[in-house]
Amino acid sequence: MNYFPDEVIEHIFEYVGSHRDRNALSLVCRSWYRIERCTREKVFIGNCYSITPERLIQRFPSLKSLTLKGKPHFADFSLVPHGWGGFVYPWIEALAKGKVGLEELRLKRMVVSDESLELLSRAFPNFKSLVLVSCEEFTTDGLAAIAANCKRLRELDLQENEVDDHKGQWLSCFPDSCTSLVSLNFACLKGEINTGVLERLVARSPNLKSLRLNRSVPLDALQRIVARAPQLVDLGVGSLVHDPAMETFAKLMTTMNKCKSITSLSGFLEVTPRCLTAMYPILPKLTSLNLSYAAGIPGSDLIKLIRHCKKLQRLWIMDSIGDKGLGVVANTCKELQELRVFPSDNIGQHAAVTEKGLVAISMGCPKLHSLLYFCHQMTNAALITVAKNCPNFIRFRLAILDATKPDPDTNQPLDEGFGAIVQSCRRLRRLSLSGQLTDKVFLYIGMYAEQLEMLSIAFAGESDKGMLYVLNGCKKLRKLEIRDCPFGNTALLTDVGKYETMRSLWMSSCEVTVGACKVLAMKMPRLNVEIFNENEPADCEPDDVQKVEKMYLYRTLAGKRKDAPEYVWTL
Amino acid sequence: MSTPLEHDYIGLTEKKKIPSSSSSSSSEDGKTFKETELRLGLPGSESPERKPLSGVSLSLFGNLNNNNNVMNHHVHVAGAKRGFSDAIDAKWAFSDAHGSDSDLGKPSALFSPRGAGNVVGKPPLDPKTISTQQGNSINTPASASQAIKESKPLQEKNPQLPATNEHASAPASKAQVVGWPPIRSFRKNTMASNLTKNNDEAEGKPGFGCLYVKVSMDGAPYLRKVDLKTYSNYKELSSALEKMFSCFTIGQCNSPGLPGKDGLSESSLRDLLHGSEYVLTYEDKDGDWMLVGDVPWEMFTDSCRRLRIMKGSEAIGLAPRAVEKSKSQN
Repeated sequence: MNYFPDEVIEHIFEYVGSHRDRNALSLVCRSWYRIERCTREKVFIGNCYSITPERLIQRFPSLKSLTLKGKPHFADFSLVPHGWGGFVYPWIEALAKGKVGLEELRLKRMVVSDESLELLSRAFPNFKSLVLVSCEEFTTDGLAAIAANCKRLRELDLQENEVDDHKGQWLSCFPDSCTSLVSLNFACLKGEINTGVLERLVARSPNLKSLRLNRSVPLDALQRIVARAPQLVDLGVGSLVHDPAMETFAKLMTTMNKCKSITSLSGFLEVTPRCLTAMYPILPKLTSLNLSYAAGIPGSDLIKLIRHCKKLQRLWIMDSIGDKGLGVVANTCKELQELRVFPSDNIGQHAAVTEKGLVAISMGCPKLHSLLYFCHQMTNAALITVAKNCPNFIRFRLAILDATKPDPDTNQPLDEGFGAIVQSCRRLRRLSLSGQLTDKVFLYIGMYAEQLEMLSIAFAGESDKGMLYVLNGCKKLRKLEIRDCPFGNTALLTDVGKYETMRSLWMSSCEVTVGACKVLAMKMPRLNVEIFNENEPADCEPDDVQKVEKMYLYRTLAGKRKDAPEYVWTL
Repeated sequence: MSTPLEHDYIGLTEKKKIPSSSSSSSSEDGKTFKETELRLGLPGSESPERKPLSGVSLSLFGNLNNNNNVMNHHVHVAGAKRGFSDAIDAKWAFSDAHGSDSDLGKPSALFSPRGAGNVVGKPPLDPKTISTQQGNSINTPASASQAIKESKPLQEKNPQLPATNEHASAPASKAQVVGWPPIRSFRKNTMASNLTKNNDEAEGKPGFGCLYVKVSMDGAPYLRKVDLKTYSNYKELSSALEKMFSCFTIGQCNSPGLPGKDGLSESSLRDLLHGSEYVLTYEDKDGDWMLVGDVPWEMFTDSCRRLRIMKGSEAIGLAPRAVEKSKSQN
């Protein structure tokens, strides 16, 4: 089978990066499995409970970069109670014990204690990159340990984490000898930082390409910092609020004019609309713009700004831009690939977005492939038009604020609209539904959504048939999350083998009973079937006929986990 | 792998649609009108004797329509967004039809005390009528954000811990569906604290980003400050002021106010602060005391230097009709 010596194959494998391709390689034959496992440096684990760290280390001795995901996706929306799990400490401990040469750690929805950060900072001398997304439990003390001890740190990227800010001087913990920073993102921190220390840190980091500040960094400090880093590619502005000294503002504009490389802009956690003009010099080159946290910018100012952004590929914005503003986006941003429109919570009569905005975008932006759209209403006609205009969707997530709202023009459910989307977008991998929906939409999904990997359903469907259409039809389904739908035991138990082909299934407020979950758990030993019972005392055995509030099941080779809290029953 | 199910196309097309949901969209006006009452009670309380807020009393502030939504701040409305709650009801009903054991006994699933990190307000009174106003959370952002404000300190410490009980006293006593709309809690908290910050920052520069003016009320022991830039019309200002000063008028809730039916076309804050006799006035750039509501909103914010909630008896010359009323009562 092998015509080449191992070294040659190894060399070829170096060109194969994606973990899916690597997984495929390892299945070809035993020697490829062996070669692949010895050369793999990056591993992605979508569910931290699917495997033990020891087993991971055993298989991949050259491990350098690890990505771990913890809590189920619906934890983002407060559906998973506190303490469920996803602790990273055991992983770091095991990696340290195994003397792994860890260089990069990327965590999502995990519980990260200061203790784990401290251990991380000490156990891996070559550690270069830490990315934490939607994690919790750590404080700025943990960050201080990372800053102080990771001598080769290149990347510290904190995205949307709940961090307890002890207002310590964690930034000062970067030693003077630390000059290797390439990316620093602390936008989610709520506390004050010492801007002088930050300036000096930026000044001694010639490779710094990405810098995202938190809201405590005022305009004058922003100007000084950016002046020291004209090579920046990605900038997150903290606070852009009027400074009484007009010269500072003029200085900022001049500084921004000198930034020839910035292609990504975000932040504006506090902003006075008038100050946005300071950003105008860099707008024409932007490929990514995130204004989704910039509360209080009137739609008219957003529109004025967008007109300058002809090269935009990614836009995250609030619905205060309005349908009209989305029309401007459609006319201006012909390269747009990803759009996210978030609902604004502001006092005032901000124009919200409807189906009209989405249709306009679909007409103007043919390259659009990823969408997250919060809106007040949607029509079948609009969805059908969008499907026709944009057949390239990979991710299509629609969140109608009134979750079961039908088509306001016809009073029909949105089955036909979503049906058109799945029929037209053959490459669709991720789909989130909302609005009034019957079983029919699931029939369409089962029939047409051949590449679908992740499906989110809420307040939809009429009977078990709906769920069965999906389980039967979507061969590539990996994650299915369902809440408040009338799917019950029949749907759950008809094809139990399916769940081993998937990463996980979440069902909450559905019609599934404890008894059915027990049956499932018994039939499928390599699934962990977890039931959350928050109302019962821990030692009270639930009745088999009782409906299950929340169920989360996932395939695993690690068996029942030992760190589950009291309210979680693994059947 | 099990054999694929046959799709019963014919069966599907004959299936009838969920009836209640289709009637949701047009039903709101009649239903909610009655319930759009301004309340001045303690947050969370439900004072039964309320004068219905006829749209007329808002004529103080110019061209106000009977916009139910904004006035819903304190109202625990069962089914203002009927579509949503009805659909939920329908779904529960459906599950019965399918013969599964009808233990609807966990209706609190949506509001399970320990899981509902985001639930604001009291648990539903009737488990089967799950009042949801998540739609209104966009239309009445003031109270929604305020509610989120309330929950934020709890959430910061223990992001997932229940807040239902603690929220019994939240001013927005609407129940929201946990986790809908599907916005990351980090984002929700951040936006909520944005609003808090905007209100807290005292030293705004007038005319640039914020416009703080003092608000005094006759008889109140201290003054307040409001940022006029955070409102875009008189309606919002009046409801915010009402909220702010409600604690001073509680004692007057039950006073023999004017019955709702008589021609309450008088433009006076009195109509909003039920039963009390106050008039909202402001001092303009020239130092004159003017009645709020005469000029367009933008002109008002440009010229307003401070606000005063004046006792009706002193409002002679400003609000002639108010004078008539007090005269008629003498």
